[in-house]
Amino acid sequence: MSLFSIFDIAGTGMSAQSVRMNVTTSNLANAESASSSVEKTYRARHPVFGVLMNNLDMSRDKDVAGVRVLGVVESQAPLRMQYAPDHPLADEQGNIHLPNVNVVEEMANMISASRSYQNNIEAITTAKQLLQRTLSLGQ
Amino acid sequence: VPINLDNAFGIHPTALALRAKRMEVLATNLAHADTPNYKAMDIDFKSVLAQANAENSSVMLRATHQNHLGPSGRDSGAGESLYRIPYQPAIDGNTVDTQIEQAEFGRNAISYQASLTFLNGRIRSLLTAIKGDSQ
Repeated sequence: MSLFSIFDIAGTGMSAQSVRMNVTTSNLANAESASSSVEKTYRARHPVFGVLMNNLDMSRDKDVAGVRVLGVVESQAPLRMQYAPDHPLADEQGNIHLPNVNVVEEMANMISASRSYQNNIEAITTAKQLLQRTLSLGQ
Repeated sequence: VPINLDNAFGIHPTALALRAKRMEVLATNLAHADTPNYKAMDIDFKSVLAQANAENSSVMLRATHQNHLGPSGRDSGAGESLYRIPYQPAIDGNTVDTQIEQAEFGRNAISYQASLTFLNGRIRSLLTAIKGDSQ
């Protein structure tokens, strides 16, 4: 019964979106984590999604595959530098380095992840209802 | 009139199976709404159903020699999933339009329920025929 694999597919989608949500939260939480050198500064992270192949029993169908997180990449955007000689982490020139997290972008990311998560839940709910109606066929 | 139970349900079991299959494909599209380079897919329901129905009902050519070719419809790939033509492709190569996919998903769910209702009707009339009582 192919309706069952919707649970698997939407499940992988939900888990991928929750990874994205986690990473976004981490970015937002560290948006102001200052440090004294470029190397030690937190960089914004973003997950990259890909197609999950050769896994689960649904792989027999090439057009039906789940989502998988290929990896989390760090943003290469320039870090923010701020002149703050009184800051305990300031370097010799009196500068502190701040992460390259774009808070507005992260908020948009979070809303997008939340919407996609909801879409997957909706698909699961519909599949569940249809399965239940199929089970009660002829009663 | 003798009832052939194989044909008693008509087109509906095939339609139901295809609806479930299409549902799966649409759910995959929804799950991949944010996957770069993912291309949204769909099933051409009408042609696949016509094909499945033809295979079920019509007289098939029998291959009596190993060099005989199969019926043309089966190998033509008409039952394959097709890529959706995007209205507005994203810059990352993704062609899933969540709104369209959701609309199609909803419509497909309703059609699935319609098939279920038809099947229920058939079952009920068969039961009435078997029991013979008019309540």
